Amino acid sequence: MSQPEPKCWRNDAYAKVTGMAKFTDDLKFAKVLHAAPAYSDFVHARIDSIDTSAAEQVPGVIRVLTAKDVPGVNRFGQIVRDYRIFADDKIRYHGDVVAVVVAETREIAIHAAQLVKVNAEPLPAVLDPEAAMLPGSPLVHENHGSNIVNTHVIRRGNVDEGFNQADIVIEEKFQTQTIEHAYMETEAAICVPRSTDGVIEVYGSMQHPFSTRRFVAACLGVALSEIEVIGTPMGGGFGGKDDTAAIVCARTALASKLLGRPVKMVYRRDWSMRESYKRHPYRVHYKLGVTRAGRITAVQCRIVADGGAYCSVTPWVTWRSTVQCCGPYVVENVHCDTFGVYTNNIVAGAMRGFGSPQMNFVIEQVVEMAAAKVGISGIEFRRRNMVRQGSVTITGQKLDGHKVAMEQALDTVLREIDYEKKLASSSRGKTDGDELYGIGVAMSYRGVSLGAEGTDFCAAIINAQADGSIFLETGIHENGQGSESAMMLICAEELGVDLNRIRYRRSSTSNIPDSGTTVASRGTIMGGGAVTLAARELKKKIAAAFCEKLGCVAEEVRFKDNFICGKSATDRIAFADAMRQMWAMQKFPFALGTFKAPRVSWDEHTGQGDAYFTWVYCCQAVELTVNKKSGKVKLLNAVAAHDVGRAINPDMVRGQIYGGMAMSAGYALHEEVKAPGGKMTTLNLNTYRIPRSMDMPEMKVIIIENPDPLSPTGAKAIGEPANEILAPAIANAIFNATGQRHFSLPIKLGAIPEITCCEEGCK
Amino acid sequence: MKLFVNGKEIEVPASAMEKRIVEFLREDLDLTGAKNACDIGACGACTILVNDEPNRICVKLVKNFGGQRILTIEGMAAPDGTLHPLQQAFVDCGAIQCGYCTPGMVLTAHAFLLKNPHPTREQIRQAIFKNLCRCTGYQQIIDAVEQAAPHYQKQAEAQKETAPVTS
Repeated sequence: MSQPEPKCWRNDAYAKVTGMAKFTDDLKFAKVLHAAPAYSDFVHARIDSIDTSAAEQVPGVIRVLTAKDVPGVNRFGQIVRDYRIFADDKIRYHGDVVAVVVAETREIAIHAAQLVKVNAEPLPAVLDPEAAMLPGSPLVHENHGSNIVNTHVIRRGNVDEGFNQADIVIEEKFQTQTIEHAYMETEAAICVPRSTDGVIEVYGSMQHPFSTRRFVAACLGVALSEIEVIGTPMGGGFGGKDDTAAIVCARTALASKLLGRPVKMVYRRDWSMRESYKRHPYRVHYKLGVTRAGRITAVQCRIVADGGAYCSVTPWVTWRSTVQCCGPYVVENVHCDTFGVYTNNIVAGAMRGFGSPQMNFVIEQVVEMAAAKVGISGIEFRRRNMVRQGSVTITGQKLDGHKVAMEQALDTVLREIDYEKKLASSSRGKTDGDELYGIGVAMSYRGVSLGAEGTDFCAAIINAQADGSIFLETGIHENGQGSESAMMLICAEELGVDLNRIRYRRSSTSNIPDSGTTVASRGTIMGGGAVTLAARELKKKIAAAFCEKLGCVAEEVRFKDNFICGKSATDRIAFADAMRQMWAMQKFPFALGTFKAPRVSWDEHTGQGDAYFTWVYCCQAVELTVNKKSGKVKLLNAVAAHDVGRAINPDMVRGQIYGGMAMSAGYALHEEVKAPGGKMTTLNLNTYRIPRSMDMPEMKVIIIENPDPLSPTGAKAIGEPANEILAPAIANAIFNATGQRHFSLPIKLGAIPEITCCEEGCK
Repeated sequence: MKLFVNGKEIEVPASAMEKRIVEFLREDLDLTGAKNACDIGACGACTILVNDEPNRICVKLVKNFGGQRILTIEGMAAPDGTLHPLQQAFVDCGAIQCGYCTPGMVLTAHAFLLKNPHPTREQIRQAIFKNLCRCTGYQQIIDAVEQAAPHYQKQAEAQKETAPVTS
């Protein structure tokens, strides 16, 4: 009899499905005050004064806070400290907050916030990133000396020679739009001064409790130990609950510190849309040379990322774009120039994908355009150029430490969706009816975790109790993705105990060491790695304590089925008994595990190095129709195959992929933040159109497992890989349906013109 | 004025009549399952059932609900905490990620299955159209609703058998 597939398991599912899970806005504290932010209507202006008098006179207003009330540092940033917690010298974008009003009720705070008046001298707004780079452009940050936040390069081989060897050159300009994370829960914070010791407790919706703590402490001018960020269920992040979420906590904490009372600030959707950072809009000039045999000889590209008013993580986002600027293809000659640019547009920062969705939209169309010119299929072209075992990437990294599964992912999707046959029946602009049919595919590889961006290590604590129950904690944060459940599954498997023994301890920055941020799809590989190492450490301690009793040496002790076992079936001690005995022996069954990412390297001058310690491989395909008269696109079916190393919680892996595909479909077809003149007009979910159930097709996910030798669990990553290739697959499918290429996102289709011959060959 | 919330009769104080009902439920009754995610009725996170019909309550006032029968997510499970089969299906199918849309999604699906216990996947897709989810791509939510349908079919059969025959 075959085993039934295990049901999905999450430690928080019961609380979430019954409404018992308490998100930030659901928490109640006595004598809580309410806060609301005040904005100005400027886009770029020098502040003369901020007049809070009218707001202060509103009955029920307790205090209005501005930059002058900040006892510590008013500027924050993970890379460059240029982001003002309260605007002080200038307004740099339409979402800059000038003051926070604290009042007895939320309604009063919101009303009074509108009475805060900013006297300022308007400055010319810098809204075009290309123009912002030119000498003589007005500066967003005068002391920075230019509007260029950062540059990255890749200098590999000799592109001139590469293009000389090419028989065909494809050259095209691409543009992507600004999009919003649109987490269902907006930014929120409740800060509570603890009467016993004056510590400010922070409850909030954020994916980086440790950087939140760092910025709150810096803003208040207090030690890290005086702030405790306590884990609270979070209604989605997708990379978007870092900078802005931390800043909301800092302002709220400041109010609670100064007033000695709990203060709550829950963002209204329009504040969130107006102020929170977005995905970078990109402009990419891409040139690719190929031989008649279909081999890529050279790539030259120039990438300009609009970072908006503050640095945020623009240098890191654009670094990933640079490293992955040729997609999963081997290219000997590469010349890439990447620029992150300050403008007075809305701040851009981390969003799921982190610089790869923009580049994949470019690359995965360019390879198909090149294939058509060569006269081979896009699939064959990919096969001739893709990375394989032992390939060297464009940054000089040899892919030999793990299984290179690019072709495996591609073949899996092609087979599942019956690609070749369906490609042949694609309309290419010709149909007798109204619906044009097309199929499209895209693939990618992706460096896992932070890579050479930064310090990458993570802690886990396993603390077994005298009755055999277990506390588990890691430095990874539950954003909604199911990280706690994955950690518990890893812990149970490694210790050979039932899941119900393990309780995931409510996270607190005062307990576990700072393990960095829960971003970069690093939760499972880094947190899970730490759990595995902690469990092995604990097992060593237990084995040493009991090996004699079990009649074997410590290395022979095994952990399974809630028992600690020697060599024979009868030599065993129940896990709970063993824990009680350890207590009696005065030995703590406690372990701290630390997983450090293997070494990576990077030379900023040449853009060469081992950028990431391992990579994942992804392929997705989609079928769709385009209505010839209206241009309306209907997605019919989508298939994804991802090498995740090992799937810890398969249903949650699938959930990540389905959700990532939906988000990518929105990126391709609907989503766009509009801000004419720098002023946001897309302020709620009625005008910002994320995919609804009817926009999505049935999806099929195939999980590929090639356990990674460098990952203690074998698992790699899925959150972002899932979100980076459906948009180019849709673009390719739209081409196969209509015969038209689209170089800007979102893809806007009107009536489809009748075509006689499309450039990439007709049916 | 009275409301009937999750089977309990609630006397509404005069001072609460002009409140938005989502705030009355969340603040006065501590039923925080209904979420306020957009304030304009665009996302469905605040959905509750009023006389078995889905209602987006972030834009509606308490005074409009006099005498109505309200079901919130807190009223779905059995009094002993056993999950309703639809809730259990959400858990088993991996339909829950961040959980913010979950209460509204479960209630919308519940109302739909009461009316249509034999749905196609396409009909389920249409039924949850007004509820936004950013995490799941809806696939496993649809799986869950489909998996729970037999429970509603049995319930409908049972009701048919016990219903008085009218001729």
